Amino acid sequence: MRSTVPLLVKLLATAGFGILYIPVMMMMIYSFNRGKLVSVWAGFSTKWYKELWYDDVLLTALYKSLLIGFSSATISTIFGLLIAIAFLRFSNFRGRLFLSLFASAPLVMPEAVTGLSMLLLFIAMEASFGWPSGRAVDTIMIAHATFGMCCAAVVIQTRLRDIDKSLEEAAKDLGGRQPFVFLSIILPLILPSIIAAWLLSFTLSFDDLVIASFVSGPGSSTLPIVIFSKIRLGVSPEINAIATLMILTISALVMIGSFLVLRRDGKK
Amino acid sequence: MTPFIRIQNISKKFGKLLAVDDVSFNLERGELFSLLGPSGCGKTTLLRMLAGFEKPSEGYIEIDGQNMANVDPADRPVNIMFQSYALFPHMSVSNNIAYGLKRASLPSDEIKARVEELLRLVHLSGMGARKPSTLSGGQRQRVALARALARRPKLLLLDEPLAALDKKLRSETQFELVNIQEQLGTTFIVVTHDQEEAMTLSTRIGVMDNGKLVQTATPNEIYEKPETRFVADFVGDISFLEATVIERTGKYWLMEAATPIYAIGSSTLTSGMKVSLAIRPEKITLTSQSTGHLNEFPVEIEDWAFYGAGTQYKVIGPDGIKLKVYQSHNQPSHANPRHLETGFVHFSPDATIILEG
Amino acid sequence: MHSLLQKFGRLLVIWLPLGWLGIFFMLPLVEMVNVSLSEARRAVPPYNPAFQIGKDGISFQPVVDNYLLIYEYWEDYLWPAVNSVRLAFFSTLYCLLFAYPMAWWIARSNKSLQHILLVLILMPFWTSSLLRMYALIGLLNPNGVINDFLIWAGITVTPIQMMQTDFSIYSGMILTYLPLMILPLYASLVRLDNSVLEAAADLGAKNWDIFRTIILPLSMPGVIAGCLLVFIPAVGEFVIPALLGGPEQLMLGKVIWTEFFRNRDWPVAAAIAIILIAIIILPIVYARYQDKESIS
Repeated sequence: MRSTVPLLVKLLATAGFGILYIPVMMMMIYSFNRGKLVSVWAGFSTKWYKELWYDDVLLTALYKSLLIGFSSATISTIFGLLIAIAFLRFSNFRGRLFLSLFASAPLVMPEAVTGLSMLLLFIAMEASFGWPSGRAVDTIMIAHATFGMCCAAVVIQTRLRDIDKSLEEAAKDLGGRQPFVFLSIILPLILPSIIAAWLLSFTLSFDDLVIASFVSGPGSSTLPIVIFSKIRLGVSPEINAIATLMILTISALVMIGSFLVLRRDGKK
Repeated sequence: MTPFIRIQNISKKFGKLLAVDDVSFNLERGELFSLLGPSGCGKTTLLRMLAGFEKPSEGYIEIDGQNMANVDPADRPVNIMFQSYALFPHMSVSNNIAYGLKRASLPSDEIKARVEELLRLVHLSGMGARKPSTLSGGQRQRVALARALARRPKLLLLDEPLAALDKKLRSETQFELVNIQEQLGTTFIVVTHDQEEAMTLSTRIGVMDNGKLVQTATPNEIYEKPETRFVADFVGDISFLEATVIERTGKYWLMEAATPIYAIGSSTLTSGMKVSLAIRPEKITLTSQSTGHLNEFPVEIEDWAFYGAGTQYKVIGPDGIKLKVYQSHNQPSHANPRHLETGFVHFSPDATIILEG
Repeated sequence: MHSLLQKFGRLLVIWLPLGWLGIFFMLPLVEMVNVSLSEARRAVPPYNPAFQIGKDGISFQPVVDNYLLIYEYWEDYLWPAVNSVRLAFFSTLYCLLFAYPMAWWIARSNKSLQHILLVLILMPFWTSSLLRMYALIGLLNPNGVINDFLIWAGITVTPIQMMQTDFSIYSGMILTYLPLMILPLYASLVRLDNSVLEAAADLGAKNWDIFRTIILPLSMPGVIAGCLLVFIPAVGEFVIPALLGGPEQLMLGKVIWTEFFRNRDWPVAAAIAIILIAIIILPIVYARYQDKESIS
């Protein structure tokens, strides 16, 4: 009874997995194509991967993307943690409504709107009191951190909500002071979700094209911006190679992250 | 005449695990049969095979002369009441009860009338519009019962029907269930791990252990004449004494179990045989002084517990044999030995049960 | 002293994120409204702020010209809005079509397989949409993998035009948003008690009946959540229409981009963004309203 999944359901589900994976798989295969023509197989080669090493524009963009990813993910995680604590551990406080609105609205805002509105603010601020002067790595970082902290808050909240409040109360009952209780009891328990939140914020930042395009200035192009401009010129084995590397890297991170989260769930 | 329900050599394997092992029994129309056993004994699997959710690995099931082998759960004249009740949370009580009737494409006024009738039967008239989530545990149980009865099944299966209720409600509901069953004359099979529940509910009990049906009999027989040590131990409280048969003396057999004991037993026993002697706690009398009865010996009282209507003692006899003794508080011979440290016990040879092997 | 410190810590926990989000999320939106009500001009910045704090004190002179312009050139601006809703709507529908069987299958699998399948669903969700759209181009191009195969197999002689069609947009949307649809569906389906389904079968319901009367109504919260999660970002999508769509598949996200970067008309871009927000708020408010209805 449990295993009766109708054939039609299985077919559609398989097609769904096919849609998710076939394009990327094909791209990965063609990244090892020797020829310049994308769809004509001319033998196996890793030359496109080697060429990436000599592409300065790409490497600079990669460096910037990593820098922005690391810094914005770290800010996102810290602030996301604060938001989660504020929601789940403080009962009623002034500004709760605002915080819940502010922390959820960015999740549904189209990237183009978020990007445009932030750029407009940065420009207005620069005009009013000179900061930030121009758009560069720091403005992208701020934009990514703003978006990322809302996602991080959701991830951490899900875990924090599961933690028995009586555990915390027991610790306090035994004489623990609030910050100490948090560090010694709660933090270790929600650590996997904190790591997952950081990974999520990092990948969101690392993958983002639209917001970064708005708030970046000349000379602060991130990897997606560079790739986007290359894609507009057409499909090429070189992009196949970068894309393959990026997808493999992110997939590895996701595997680690979901392992952390799912293993916890599996234990329950 | 062929029996109303025939279960013939049913086995069920899950991989290597033999969940149900060659079970056979028959039911007459209108019986209230209990499948009793500890969790994991295969009773729920057997029930699920009757409902059609699992296919037997071997054997067959016949209901009212019809072989059930290739009949879908939806088409069987069998309905089941789940342990969790499995009410449809998004439907009102009435719609829950009407669900099976709608599948049968009955005319809507007939459905309406039947639902009303069923609501009356389970004392939920006027609650039809409520959602299951707004009902108490006992009310939900009755909705589940009404829903399962709606299609007028030939056989109703009840999986631990009272397990989710608290103790007081449980005993009330037991009688209610029997009432409804007698009123409708539907054949019931109840799965339970609670021997008291099985005793009060059923006309017959089948005790299961490790996939096997070890004894099928009336509640009285199961209690008084258990055929195996497992049945004796699982149904009610009991003490065991390991004994050796010495000889037949008139009506009884003389045995040696640290002290000589007379017991009633079949003529298949022979001298020198090792047997288990079982005796129910309430069949033993505890006194402060020796009374000179048959099967009397001195004991030390190790522990006692007050049960309201009586007191249960744990006593140690000669050679360290342990016995449980239950003394009802209205027994005239009751000596109130609660403050005693030693005393005497005796029991009639007719109260003993001999289990061979 | 101790409680004072605690109070301070509490304030910090609340006001740090609240302050950040206020400055870097809400304030930009306010500024965007301001710009959308400002007059465009040829200068740096290319608008004359409606709200100003200057030497002459505070002044607020909003103009609705930008919105009127959008109305006037509705073919250029409102048509993409309608198009955005249409493409997002059908994308949501197609996602649901594939996601429901997938979620059902995952929910009915055993625990260890469930974990593997969930990771398989999550992985593409985390990898860059840009790169996956790029991979899709490789498949759909006139000289892409699919056309090569079709020509090789003799099914067609000339390549089939798949790029810059609704088909390519829908493919891209499904590829991007399928995981977002699957996750809430899975969450609601996995909670479904097996005995409830068995009870329905026991009461005479066949497969389709069980689906229609039990499974679908009980998974409705997941369906609604999934549809919102797909529809909302799909309406504002930029990468997909930019890479896979043609002039017929113009969407608002792309129009904002073009107005801003190519035409340098910031006030109009801001006004379009406001319209986009309005389109998105509608379904959210509707869902909230439904939620409240079902509670009461």
